[in-house]
Amino acid sequence: MHRTGELYGQFKTLDQQKETATLGMWIFLVTEILFFGGLFLTYTINRHEFPTAFGIGGNMLDLFLGGLNTVVLIASSFTMAMSVWSAQTGKKPLVTIFLSLTLLLGSVFLGVKVVEYKQKFDHRLVPGRNFDVTYCSKNPASVCGLTQKEHGDEIKEIREGVELEGGEIALNAHAQLYFSLYFGMTGLHALHMIVGAGLLLYLILQARKGRFDASYNTPVENIGLYWHFVDIVWIFLFPLLYLINRHLA
Amino acid sequence: MSENSAHHVVSPKIYAAILAALLLGTWLTVQAAKIDLGPWNIVLALVIATIKMSLVILFFMHGKYSPRRTQLVIISGFFWLAIMLGLTLTDYRARTPEPSRTANPPAAAVDRS
Repeated sequence: MHRTGELYGQFKTLDQQKETATLGMWIFLVTEILFFGGLFLTYTINRHEFPTAFGIGGNMLDLFLGGLNTVVLIASSFTMAMSVWSAQTGKKPLVTIFLSLTLLLGSVFLGVKVVEYKQKFDHRLVPGRNFDVTYCSKNPASVCGLTQKEHGDEIKEIREGVELEGGEIALNAHAQLYFSLYFGMTGLHALHMIVGAGLLLYLILQARKGRFDASYNTPVENIGLYWHFVDIVWIFLFPLLYLINRHLA
Repeated sequence: MSENSAHHVVSPKIYAAILAALLLGTWLTVQAAKIDLGPWNIVLALVIATIKMSLVILFFMHGKYSPRRTQLVIISGFFWLAIMLGLTLTDYRARTPEPSRTANPPAAAVDRS
């Protein structure tokens, strides 16, 4: 693709060349901030409008899996930062190891996400014809894999929700808004993770050839910036989607 | 290791400390969500998330060690985000509910003092 660490004609020094590349990456990330920002804005307005339905929706997510994914993603940001350090200090074998660990953790995140999405399909929480936020409360606890206590709490929560929203149809409509945003936002985030995994694969192949060292590591650094950005998006998605009304659950 | 602006090397110790702080923040935000703080639950959650984000940008993303020009670009991103969120939300709040809503307002939407 490009020759390693070569100074292009428009730059005076390699440092200036690298600074320019990093600046460009940040400008791209600013557009990404605004891209996700629009979704966060939509979320804020709808949550303000329908707090009851959003609270119920949030409590139907799996807090353990969401928390686990937060830890996994933070750990992957750490290994990504360590691969940049390994390149900067010329430890070539470590670059490959840390990049591979980052890819592994990213894959674990996506795997957990698959389990979560599957659960939402089973619980009739995917927007569309079969959507029914009351499904788990209307069926025996075993259907949704709930304990007796969880099932009792959910029945109570749904009953209060129906009352506050003025009917089951209204509750379902507004809970569907929540789950549309849930799938839209986590889906777009997961898409970024998939792109990131592809970029990591490219970096690993390059690192195995020993391309990155103290004098040339711009791709590791800039793809690292992208990876950390995706981590930051999740840092906000986790509390906003999973923790809305946990104190009531 | 030469220390110029383009090649600042952050030590693994700092990275490990940031990792620990981020994990602590995650634990804190889960615990804080289980306490009923009324309208302050969301504020606390966002404060913790913003602190976590700042740590990632400053250290993992080397924002603290970047040239001024790059730092300006980073800040400008959040400035524009603030314009988008701030102006849209103030506009939204200043409007009366849409007619379709007033016909049969959901209980939750009535509070528009």
